[in-house]
Amino acid sequence: MSELRYEAPKTLAEAVALLSGAKGRARVLAGGTDLLIQMRTGRIQPELLVDIKAVPELGEIVAGNGGYRIGAAVTGMQLIEHADFAKRWPGVVDGVRLIGSLQVKGRATVGGNLCNASPAADSVPALIAAGAVARIVGPHGAREAAVETVVVGPGKTSLAVGEIVTSLLLPPRPLRSGDAYLRFTPRSEMDIAVVGAGVNLTLDAQGICTQARVALGAVASRALLVPAAAAALIGTKVDAAALARLAAAARDACSPIDDKRGSREFRLRTAGVMVCRAAGIALERARRNDG
Amino acid sequence: MARHHVRATVNGDAVEFLCETGQTLLEALRDELRLTGTKEGCGTGDCGACSVMLDGRLVCSCLVLGVEAEGRSIETIEGMAVGEALHPLQQKFLEHAALQCGICTPGILIAARALLERNPDPTEAEVRDGLAGNLCRCTGYHKIVEAVLAAAREMRGA
Repeated sequence: MSELRYEAPKTLAEAVALLSGAKGRARVLAGGTDLLIQMRTGRIQPELLVDIKAVPELGEIVAGNGGYRIGAAVTGMQLIEHADFAKRWPGVVDGVRLIGSLQVKGRATVGGNLCNASPAADSVPALIAAGAVARIVGPHGAREAAVETVVVGPGKTSLAVGEIVTSLLLPPRPLRSGDAYLRFTPRSEMDIAVVGAGVNLTLDAQGICTQARVALGAVASRALLVPAAAAALIGTKVDAAALARLAAAARDACSPIDDKRGSREFRLRTAGVMVCRAAGIALERARRNDG
Repeated sequence: MARHHVRATVNGDAVEFLCETGQTLLEALRDELRLTGTKEGCGTGDCGACSVMLDGRLVCSCLVLGVEAEGRSIETIEGMAVGEALHPLQQKFLEHAALQCGICTPGILIAARALLERNPDPTEAEVRDGLAGNLCRCTGYHKIVEAVLAAAREMRGA
Protein backbone atom coordinates (compact mmCIF):
# COMPACT_ATOMS: atom_id res chain seq x y z
CA MET A 1 0.00 0.00 0.00
CA SER A 2 1.34 3.41 -0.87
CA GLU A 3 1.72 6.12 1.68
CA LEU A 4 -1.40 7.93 2.87
CA ARG A 5 -1.10 11.69 2.46
CA TYR A 6 -3.05 14.26 4.44
CA GLU A 7 -3.62 17.83 3.27
CA ALA A 8 -5.67 20.57 4.92
CA PRO A 9 -5.90 23.34 2.32
CA LYS A 10 -7.09 26.79 3.39
CA THR A 11 -8.89 27.61 0.14
CA LEU A 12 -11.42 25.86 -2.01
CA ALA A 13 -9.23 26.31 -5.10
CA GLU A 14 -6.38 24.43 -3.40
CA ALA A 15 -8.77 21.68 -2.29
CA VAL A 16 -10.10 21.21 -5.82
CA ALA A 17 -6.56 21.26 -7.26
CA LEU A 18 -5.43 18.60 -4.78
CA LEU A 19 -8.41 16.34 -5.51
CA SER A 20 -8.30 16.68 -9.28
CA GLY A 21 -4.52 16.39 -9.41
CA ALA A 22 -4.31 13.29 -7.21
CA LYS A 23 -2.58 10.34 -8.83
CA GLY A 24 -4.24 7.69 -6.68
CA ARG A 25 -7.56 7.49 -4.88
CA ALA A 26 -8.40 10.70 -3.09
CA ARG A 27 -11.13 11.33 -0.56
CA VAL A 28 -12.60 14.45 0.98
CA LEU A 29 -12.37 14.39 4.78
CA ALA A 30 -15.07 16.42 6.52
CA GLY A 31 -16.37 14.92 9.79
CA GLY A 32 -14.74 11.58 9.04
CA THR A 33 -17.39 9.57 10.88
CA ASP A 34 -18.04 7.37 7.85
CA LEU A 35 -14.67 7.75 6.09
CA LEU A 36 -12.48 6.64 9.00
CA ILE A 37 -14.58 3.51 9.50
CA GLN A 38 -14.40 2.65 5.79
CA MET A 39 -10.63 3.09 5.89
CA ARG A 40 -10.33 1.01 9.02
CA THR A 41 -12.34 -1.88 7.61
CA GLY A 42 -10.34 -1.73 4.38
CA ARG A 43 -13.42 -0.98 2.29
CA ILE A 44 -11.55 1.99 0.83
CA GLN A 45 -7.82 2.56 0.68
CA PRO A 46 -7.30 6.19 -0.27
CA GLU A 47 -3.85 7.61 -0.98
CA LEU A 48 -4.83 11.20 -0.27
CA LEU A 49 -7.14 12.75 2.31
CA VAL A 50 -8.17 16.34 1.68
CA ASP A 51 -9.45 17.78 4.96
CA ILE A 52 -11.84 20.57 3.97
CA LYS A 53 -12.42 21.92 7.48
CA ALA A 54 -9.75 24.60 7.17
CA VAL A 55 -11.61 26.28 4.28
CA PRO A 56 -13.50 29.05 6.12
CA GLU A 57 -16.63 29.28 3.96
CA LEU A 58 -17.29 25.56 4.28
CA GLY A 59 -17.82 25.95 8.03
CA GLU A 60 -20.42 28.72 7.86
CA ILE A 61 -24.19 28.82 8.33
CA VAL A 62 -25.32 31.97 6.53
CA ALA A 63 -28.83 33.43 6.23
CA GLY A 64 -29.43 35.40 3.06
CA ASN A 65 -32.07 36.16 0.40
CA GLY A 66 -34.67 34.63 2.72
CA GLY A 67 -32.90 31.28 2.65
CA TYR A 68 -29.88 29.62 4.18
CA ARG A 69 -26.48 28.43 3.05
CA ILE A 70 -25.00 25.61 5.10
CA GLY A 71 -21.31 24.97 4.49
CA ALA A 72 -20.52 21.35 3.71
CA ALA A 73 -18.23 21.09 6.76
CA VAL A 74 -20.84 22.38 9.25
CA THR A 75 -21.35 19.69 11.89
CA GLY A 76 -24.68 18.26 12.92
CA MET A 77 -24.41 19.83 16.38
CA GLN A 78 -23.70 23.28 14.92
CA LEU A 79 -26.85 23.04 12.84
CA ILE A 80 -28.99 21.69 15.69
CA GLU A 81 -27.81 24.52 17.96
CA HIS A 82 -28.56 27.24 15.37
CA ALA A 83 -31.85 28.52 16.80
CA ASP A 84 -33.10 30.45 13.76
CA PHE A 85 -32.28 27.65 11.32
CA ALA A 86 -34.04 25.14 13.57
CA LYS A 87 -37.10 27.40 13.68
CA ARG A 88 -37.26 27.70 9.89
CA TRP A 89 -36.35 24.13 8.98
CA PRO A 90 -37.38 21.92 11.90
CA GLY A 91 -37.73 18.91 9.58
CA VAL A 92 -34.13 19.20 8.41
CA VAL A 93 -33.11 19.38 12.06
CA ASP A 94 -35.30 16.30 12.80
CA GLY A 95 -33.17 14.41 10.26
CA VAL A 96 -29.85 15.72 11.56
CA ARG A 97 -30.79 14.88 15.17
CA LEU A 98 -31.17 11.23 14.20
CA ILE A 99 -27.62 10.91 12.82
CA GLY A 100 -25.66 8.79 15.31
CA SER A 101 -24.90 9.89 18.86
CA LEU A 102 -24.05 13.32 20.25
CA GLN A 103 -20.42 12.29 19.78
CA VAL A 104 -20.96 11.44 16.12
CA LYS A 105 -22.97 14.64 15.49
CA GLY A 106 -20.12 16.63 17.04
CA ARG A 107 -18.07 15.66 13.98
CA ALA A 108 -20.43 14.42 11.27
CA THR A 109 -21.43 16.96 8.64
CA VAL A 110 -24.56 17.33 6.57
CA GLY A 111 -22.40 17.50 3.44
CA GLY A 112 -20.81 14.20 4.43
CA ASN A 113 -24.15 12.57 5.20
CA LEU A 114 -25.13 13.41 1.62
CA CYS A 115 -21.85 12.45 -0.09
CA ASN A 116 -21.46 9.17 1.81
CA ALA A 117 -24.47 8.22 -0.31
CA SER A 118 -26.16 5.80 2.06
CA PRO A 119 -29.78 5.13 0.99
CA ALA A 120 -30.68 5.37 4.71
CA ALA A 121 -28.94 8.71 5.49
CA ASP A 122 -31.34 10.57 7.78
CA SER A 123 -30.70 14.14 6.71
CA VAL A 124 -31.08 13.44 2.99
CA PRO A 125 -34.87 12.86 2.66
CA ALA A 126 -35.39 15.93 4.87
CA LEU A 127 -33.12 18.02 2.61
CA ILE A 128 -34.83 16.72 -0.53
CA ALA A 129 -38.26 17.55 0.92
CA ALA A 130 -36.92 21.00 1.83
CA GLY A 131 -35.95 21.59 -1.80
CA ALA A 132 -32.28 21.97 -0.90
CA VAL A 133 -29.74 22.49 -3.67
CA ALA A 134 -26.12 21.39 -3.46
CA ARG A 135 -23.51 23.88 -4.60
CA ILE A 136 -20.65 21.98 -6.17
CA VAL A 137 -17.20 23.25 -7.13
CA GLY A 138 -14.77 21.36 -9.30
CA PRO A 139 -11.90 21.77 -11.76
CA HIS A 140 -14.30 23.09 -14.42
CA GLY A 141 -16.03 25.63 -12.18
CA ALA A 142 -19.12 25.76 -10.03
CA ARG A 143 -22.56 24.26 -10.55
CA GLU A 144 -25.71 23.65 -8.58
CA ALA A 145 -27.65 20.41 -8.38
CA ALA A 146 -30.87 19.46 -6.60
CA VAL A 147 -29.99 17.27 -3.61
CA GLU A 148 -32.05 14.36 -5.02
CA THR A 149 -29.68 14.20 -8.02
CA VAL A 150 -26.44 14.02 -6.01
CA VAL A 151 -26.75 10.40 -4.87
CA VAL A 152 -27.17 7.83 -7.64
CA GLY A 153 -26.90 4.59 -5.67
CA PRO A 154 -25.43 3.08 -2.50
CA GLY A 155 -22.04 4.75 -1.98
CA LYS A 156 -22.22 6.43 -5.42
CA THR A 157 -22.69 10.10 -6.26
CA SER A 158 -22.97 12.09 -9.47
CA LEU A 159 -19.88 14.13 -8.50
CA ALA A 160 -17.10 14.12 -11.08
CA VAL A 161 -13.42 13.65 -10.16
CA GLY A 162 -12.23 16.69 -8.25
CA GLU A 163 -15.70 17.98 -7.45
CA ILE A 164 -16.66 18.92 -3.89
CA VAL A 165 -20.08 19.69 -2.46
CA THR A 166 -19.30 23.03 -0.83
CA SER A 167 -22.66 23.98 0.60
CA LEU A 168 -26.34 23.23 0.74
CA LEU A 169 -28.76 26.00 -0.16
CA LEU A 170 -32.15 26.13 1.49
CA PRO A 171 -34.76 28.24 -0.31
CA PRO A 172 -36.74 31.14 1.14
CA ARG A 173 -39.56 30.01 3.44
CA PRO A 174 -43.10 31.21 2.71
CA LEU A 175 -45.47 31.86 5.61
CA ARG A 176 -47.47 28.86 6.84
CA SER A 177 -44.76 26.38 5.86
CA GLY A 178 -43.69 23.39 7.89
CA ASP A 179 -41.49 20.36 7.41
CA ALA A 180 -40.86 17.14 9.31
CA TYR A 181 -38.76 14.00 9.05
CA LEU A 182 -39.50 10.72 10.78
CA ARG A 183 -37.89 7.34 10.53
CA PHE A 184 -38.77 3.88 11.70
CA THR A 185 -36.07 2.08 13.68
CA PRO A 186 -36.36 -0.72 16.23
CA ARG A 187 -34.78 1.53 18.88
CA SER A 188 -34.86 5.28 19.31
CA GLU A 189 -31.12 6.09 19.18
CA MET A 190 -28.03 4.87 17.37
CA ASP A 191 -29.84 2.97 14.66
CA ILE A 192 -30.19 2.97 10.88
CA ALA A 193 -33.48 3.89 9.24
CA VAL A 194 -35.64 1.01 8.05
CA VAL A 195 -37.87 3.65 6.44
CA GLY A 196 -37.42 7.44 6.52
CA ALA A 197 -40.00 10.01 5.40
CA GLY A 198 -39.61 13.75 4.90
CA VAL A 199 -42.56 16.06 4.18
CA ASN A 200 -42.45 19.80 3.52
CA LEU A 201 -45.62 21.74 2.84
CA THR A 202 -47.06 25.25 2.62
CA LEU A 203 -50.66 26.25 3.41
CA ASP A 204 -52.69 29.23 2.22
CA ALA A 205 -54.71 31.40 4.62
CA GLN A 206 -57.62 28.94 4.38
CA GLY A 207 -55.42 26.01 5.32
CA ILE A 208 -55.29 24.52 1.83
CA CYS A 209 -51.93 22.98 0.91
CA THR A 210 -50.46 24.97 -1.98
CA GLN A 211 -46.98 23.44 -2.24
CA ALA A 212 -45.55 20.16 -1.03
CA ARG A 213 -42.49 17.99 -1.42
CA VAL A 214 -42.28 14.43 -0.13
CA ALA A 215 -39.13 12.30 0.06
CA LEU A 216 -38.49 8.76 1.24
CA GLY A 217 -35.30 7.15 2.53
CA ALA A 218 -34.16 3.52 2.92
CA VAL A 219 -36.82 2.17 0.54
CA ALA A 220 -34.77 2.25 -2.67
CA SER A 221 -31.12 2.40 -3.73
CA ARG A 222 -31.12 6.11 -2.89
CA ALA A 223 -33.42 8.63 -1.19
CA LEU A 224 -36.33 9.45 -3.48
CA LEU A 225 -38.30 12.57 -4.26
CA VAL A 226 -41.89 11.38 -4.75
CA PRO A 227 -43.86 13.96 -6.78
CA ALA A 228 -46.99 11.76 -6.85
CA ALA A 229 -47.05 11.77 -3.05
CA ALA A 230 -46.76 15.56 -3.00
CA ALA A 231 -49.58 15.80 -5.56
CA ALA A 232 -51.83 13.88 -3.14
CA LEU A 233 -51.49 16.77 -0.67
CA ILE A 234 -51.61 19.82 -2.93
CA GLY A 235 -55.08 21.37 -3.12
CA THR A 236 -56.30 19.57 0.01
CA LYS A 237 -56.57 20.41 3.70
CA VAL A 238 -54.31 17.41 4.35
CA ASP A 239 -57.35 15.53 5.58
CA ALA A 240 -57.84 11.79 5.97
CA ALA A 241 -58.65 11.22 2.28
CA ALA A 242 -55.51 13.11 1.20
CA LEU A 243 -53.40 11.16 3.68
CA ALA A 244 -54.73 7.86 2.33
CA ARG A 245 -53.71 8.92 -1.19
CA LEU A 246 -50.35 10.12 0.16
CA ALA A 247 -49.69 6.73 1.77
CA ALA A 248 -50.63 4.86 -1.40
CA ALA A 249 -48.41 7.08 -3.58
CA ALA A 250 -45.51 6.63 -1.15
CA ARG A 251 -45.85 2.84 -1.15
CA ASP A 252 -45.99 2.82 -4.97
CA ALA A 253 -42.67 4.69 -5.15
CA CYS A 254 -40.78 2.19 -2.97
CA SER A 255 -38.56 -0.58 -4.27
CA PRO A 256 -37.09 -1.73 -0.97
CA ILE A 257 -34.59 -4.42 -0.19
CA ASP A 258 -35.53 -7.36 1.98
CA ASP A 259 -33.03 -7.68 4.82
CA LYS A 260 -32.65 -8.43 8.52
CA ARG A 261 -33.67 -4.90 9.48
CA GLY A 262 -36.93 -4.96 7.58
CA SER A 263 -38.65 -7.20 5.07
CA ARG A 264 -39.80 -5.75 1.78
CA GLU A 265 -43.44 -6.07 2.85
CA PHE A 266 -42.74 -4.36 6.19
CA ARG A 267 -40.90 -1.48 4.54
CA LEU A 268 -43.73 -0.92 2.07
CA ARG A 269 -46.38 -0.76 4.78
CA THR A 270 -44.22 1.32 7.08
CA ALA A 271 -43.44 3.84 4.33
CA GLY A 272 -47.15 4.65 4.12
CA VAL A 273 -47.46 5.00 7.89
CA MET A 274 -44.34 7.13 8.37
CA VAL A 275 -45.13 9.52 5.53
CA CYS A 276 -48.62 10.18 6.98
CA ARG A 277 -47.20 10.82 10.45
CA ALA A 278 -44.54 13.14 9.02
CA ALA A 279 -47.23 14.99 7.06
CA GLY A 280 -49.22 15.43 10.28
CA ILE A 281 -46.24 17.00 12.05
CA ALA A 282 -45.40 19.20 9.05
CA LEU A 283 -49.04 20.34 8.97
CA GLU A 284 -49.02 21.32 12.66
CA ARG A 285 -45.77 23.21 12.19
CA ALA A 286 -47.13 25.01 9.11
CA ARG A 287 -50.26 26.09 11.04
CA ARG A 288 -48.12 27.52 13.84
CA ASN A 289 -45.81 29.28 11.40
CA ASP A 290 -48.25 31.99 10.32
CA GLY A 291 -46.01 34.97 11.02
CA MET B 1 6.12 6.91 6.24
CA ALA B 2 4.53 10.30 6.62
CA ARG B 3 5.00 11.31 10.22
CA HIS B 4 3.13 14.41 11.26
CA HIS B 5 4.39 16.64 14.00
CA VAL B 6 1.25 17.69 15.88
CA ARG B 7 1.02 20.41 18.51
CA ALA B 8 -2.10 20.50 20.64
CA THR B 9 -3.33 21.24 24.15
CA VAL B 10 -4.35 18.29 26.29
CA ASN B 11 -6.01 18.99 29.64
CA GLY B 12 -4.55 22.48 29.57
CA ASP B 13 -0.98 21.41 28.86
CA ALA B 14 0.80 22.08 25.58
CA VAL B 15 1.81 18.75 24.05
CA GLU B 16 3.58 17.60 20.90
CA PHE B 17 3.47 14.20 19.31
CA LEU B 18 4.33 12.42 16.09
CA CYS B 19 1.70 10.38 14.30
CA GLU B 20 1.07 8.72 10.99
CA THR B 21 -1.79 9.91 8.79
CA GLY B 22 -3.94 6.88 9.49
CA GLN B 23 -3.52 7.03 13.26
CA THR B 24 -6.58 8.12 15.20
CA LEU B 25 -6.61 10.68 17.97
CA LEU B 26 -7.42 7.78 20.31
CA GLU B 27 -4.23 5.99 19.25
CA ALA B 28 -2.22 9.19 19.55
CA LEU B 29 -3.53 9.80 23.08
CA ARG B 30 -2.92 6.25 24.24
CA ASP B 31 0.19 5.20 22.33
CA GLU B 32 2.09 8.45 21.77
CA LEU B 33 1.07 10.52 24.81
CA ARG B 34 0.56 7.50 27.10
CA LEU B 35 -2.78 8.82 28.31
CA THR B 36 -4.44 5.44 28.58
CA GLY B 37 -7.51 6.57 30.54
CA THR B 38 -9.40 6.96 27.27
CA LYS B 39 -10.48 3.48 26.22
CA GLU B 40 -11.06 1.81 22.89
CA GLY B 41 -14.31 -0.12 22.70
CA CYS B 42 -15.73 -0.66 19.23
CA GLY B 43 -13.42 1.59 17.21
CA THR B 44 -16.36 2.55 14.99
CA GLY B 45 -18.03 5.37 16.93
CA ASP B 46 -20.86 3.26 18.28
CA CYS B 47 -19.91 2.74 21.95
CA GLY B 48 -18.55 6.08 23.17
CA ALA B 49 -15.80 4.51 25.33
CA CYS B 50 -13.24 6.78 23.64
CA SER B 51 -15.22 10.00 24.25
CA VAL B 52 -13.13 13.14 24.72
CA MET B 53 -13.78 16.85 24.35
CA LEU B 54 -12.30 18.41 21.22
CA ASP B 55 -12.44 22.23 21.32
CA GLY B 56 -15.30 21.92 23.81
CA ARG B 57 -17.27 19.44 21.71
CA LEU B 58 -17.98 15.85 22.76
CA VAL B 59 -16.53 13.47 20.14
CA CYS B 60 -15.39 9.87 19.73
CA SER B 61 -11.60 10.03 19.54
CA CYS B 62 -11.60 6.86 17.40
CA LEU B 63 -13.31 8.91 14.64
CA VAL B 64 -10.78 11.75 14.65
CA LEU B 65 -7.33 11.53 13.07
CA GLY B 66 -4.41 12.46 15.28
CA VAL B 67 -3.26 14.94 12.64
CA GLU B 68 -6.63 16.71 12.89
CA ALA B 69 -5.76 17.64 16.49
CA GLU B 70 -3.18 20.20 15.30
CA GLY B 71 -3.80 23.44 17.22
CA ARG B 72 -6.83 22.01 19.02
CA SER B 73 -7.69 21.68 22.68
CA ILE B 74 -8.48 18.20 23.97
CA GLU B 75 -9.87 17.22 27.36
CA THR B 76 -9.58 13.63 28.54
CA ILE B 77 -10.51 11.74 31.69
CA GLU B 78 -7.01 12.40 33.07
CA GLY B 79 -7.96 16.06 33.45
CA MET B 80 -11.17 15.46 35.36
CA ALA B 81 -9.94 15.13 38.96
CA VAL B 82 -7.99 18.04 40.42
CA GLY B 83 -5.01 16.45 42.13
CA GLU B 84 -6.46 14.02 44.66
CA ALA B 85 -9.89 15.66 44.58
CA LEU B 86 -12.30 13.69 42.44
CA HIS B 87 -14.86 15.46 40.26
CA PRO B 88 -18.37 15.15 41.82
CA LEU B 89 -19.33 12.80 38.97
CA GLN B 90 -16.40 10.51 39.75
CA GLN B 91 -17.27 10.57 43.46
CA LYS B 92 -20.93 9.73 42.81
CA PHE B 93 -19.98 6.90 40.43
CA LEU B 94 -18.03 5.35 43.31
CA GLU B 95 -20.79 5.93 45.87
CA HIS B 96 -23.49 4.50 43.58
CA ALA B 97 -21.33 1.61 42.33
CA ALA B 98 -22.02 2.86 38.82
CA LEU B 99 -19.35 0.72 37.20
CA GLN B 100 -18.14 -2.85 37.03
CA CYS B 101 -15.41 -3.51 34.50
CA GLY B 102 -14.81 0.20 34.01
CA ILE B 103 -14.04 0.25 30.29
CA CYS B 104 -17.02 2.49 29.50
CA THR B 105 -16.57 4.67 32.59
CA PRO B 106 -14.10 7.32 31.35
CA GLY B 107 -16.23 7.97 28.26
CA ILE B 108 -19.42 8.10 30.28
CA LEU B 109 -17.87 10.55 32.76
CA ILE B 110 -16.74 12.82 29.93
CA ALA B 111 -20.19 12.66 28.29
CA ALA B 112 -21.94 13.22 31.63
CA ARG B 113 -19.81 16.26 32.39
CA ALA B 114 -20.59 17.67 28.94
CA LEU B 115 -24.29 17.09 29.62
CA LEU B 116 -24.21 18.84 33.02
CA GLU B 117 -22.31 21.80 31.61
CA ARG B 118 -25.15 22.34 29.13
CA ASN B 119 -27.95 21.32 31.46
CA PRO B 120 -27.16 21.47 35.20
CA ASP B 121 -30.61 20.14 36.19
CA PRO B 122 -31.46 17.32 33.78
CA THR B 123 -34.42 15.00 34.08
CA GLU B 124 -33.78 11.27 34.12
CA ALA B 125 -34.87 11.14 30.47
CA GLU B 126 -32.41 13.91 29.59
CA VAL B 127 -29.59 12.03 31.31
CA ARG B 128 -30.45 8.88 29.35
CA ASP B 129 -30.60 10.90 26.13
CA GLY B 130 -27.28 12.62 26.92
CA LEU B 131 -25.62 9.24 27.46
CA ALA B 132 -27.27 7.46 24.51
CA GLY B 133 -23.95 7.40 22.66
CA ASN B 134 -22.22 5.54 25.50
CA LEU B 135 -22.73 1.81 25.85
CA CYS B 136 -22.17 -0.15 29.05
CA ARG B 137 -22.26 -3.93 28.74
CA CYS B 138 -22.13 -4.87 32.42
CA THR B 139 -23.57 -2.43 34.95
CA GLY B 140 -26.75 -1.62 33.11
CA TYR B 141 -27.66 2.01 33.07
CA HIS B 142 -29.73 2.48 36.21
CA LYS B 143 -26.88 3.12 38.63
CA ILE B 144 -25.08 5.29 36.10
CA VAL B 145 -28.15 7.49 35.66
CA GLU B 146 -28.65 7.68 39.44
CA ALA B 147 -25.03 8.69 39.92
CA VAL B 148 -25.27 11.44 37.29
CA LEU B 149 -28.48 12.79 38.83
CA ALA B 150 -26.88 12.74 42.30
CA ALA B 151 -23.79 14.56 41.00
CA ALA B 152 -26.01 17.13 39.31
CA ARG B 153 -27.83 17.77 42.61
CA GLU B 154 -24.54 18.17 44.45
CA MET B 155 -23.05 20.45 41.79
CA ARG B 156 -26.15 22.68 41.95
CA GLY B 157 -25.85 22.77 45.74
CA ALA B 158 -29.38 21.38 45.98
